[in-house]
Amino acid sequence: MSERFKIGDTVRVAAASPPGHIRTPLYLRGHTGRIVRLLGHFPNPERLAYGMHGLPELALYQVVFTMDEVWGGDGKYAPRDTVTADLYEHWLEPI
Amino acid sequence: MSSEHEHEHEHGHHHDHDHGHSHGHSPFQPDIKEPSEDWEFMEVALRELLIDKGILTAREIQEKIEDYEGRTPENGAKIVARAWVDPAYKARLLADGNAGVAELGHPFDGLKLVVVENTADVHHMVVCTLCSCYPRALIGIPPLWYKSREYRARTVREPRAVLAEFGTHLPDDVEVRVLDSTADCRYLVLPRRPEGTEAMSEAELAALVTRDSMIGTALARSPAKA
Repeated sequence: MSERFKIGDTVRVAAASPPGHIRTPLYLRGHTGRIVRLLGHFPNPERLAYGMHGLPELALYQVVFTMDEVWGGDGKYAPRDTVTADLYEHWLEPI
Repeated sequence: MSSEHEHEHEHGHHHDHDHGHSHGHSPFQPDIKEPSEDWEFMEVALRELLIDKGILTAREIQEKIEDYEGRTPENGAKIVARAWVDPAYKARLLADGNAGVAELGHPFDGLKLVVVENTADVHHMVVCTLCSCYPRALIGIPPLWYKSREYRARTVREPRAVLAEFGTHLPDDVEVRVLDSTADCRYLVLPRRPEGTEAMSEAELAALVTRDSMIGTALARSPAKA
């Protein structure tokens, strides 16, 4: 299976707020991060939650964000501190 | 002793009889509170229906509970200790977590497993902000604090403050990397091997590996404190 992104790519999380079962945390929506790992391909959990098969499978990536990018640190965070989340491909936009 | 035991037994009988507690449902142990929350009634109702309709037996449910209780942090500790003593194993474990843990007899099926190594440069800690995702097959059922709203909300926002509350203090030049376990992947932290453990056996090392060190809220025990 193919992936739209590769390790090292910079991506933005969609700033969307669709209804339903969403596994993209609100605090990361609209923020910019970097792909650090491809975790595989999995059925879409937003469909699985409603009894559908969730196919085709989606690529799942581990994406890293700096604390300053997510929370606007103003020196509050140690400069190297980061948070990662595992995000499905349809939530990620190229930059 | 035996007369006391008989007395208690008889007393229990009388108690049940006097108060007419001959319910149709299974008895509750006296030291377990009766359900009061909606979800507790739903669990009892669902469990009893599954048994009544012959979909599951009480024994099957009990076996599943025992299976879960058999999954303890000792499983993960053995994996960490092996990685500390065997660099080739560590390389395989970090490259493919599922294959690495299966090699030691702890298959992790159905989900992707990633093992992350804490080093002098980076300290990983795991949270699930959405619910309570956790590598249960390797370190058991998560502690209540792992599922608390406070841990989930604060860990991604002020991880060093949370770490300090666990007694874990790291220099500012170490990257604290919080892993929010949001999807079909589970993370196991490989803690740093403590100083002064060069002469220790693999089994002695495993005793230094705590549950919290594999979540990343703590370091492995130092041998002096073990």
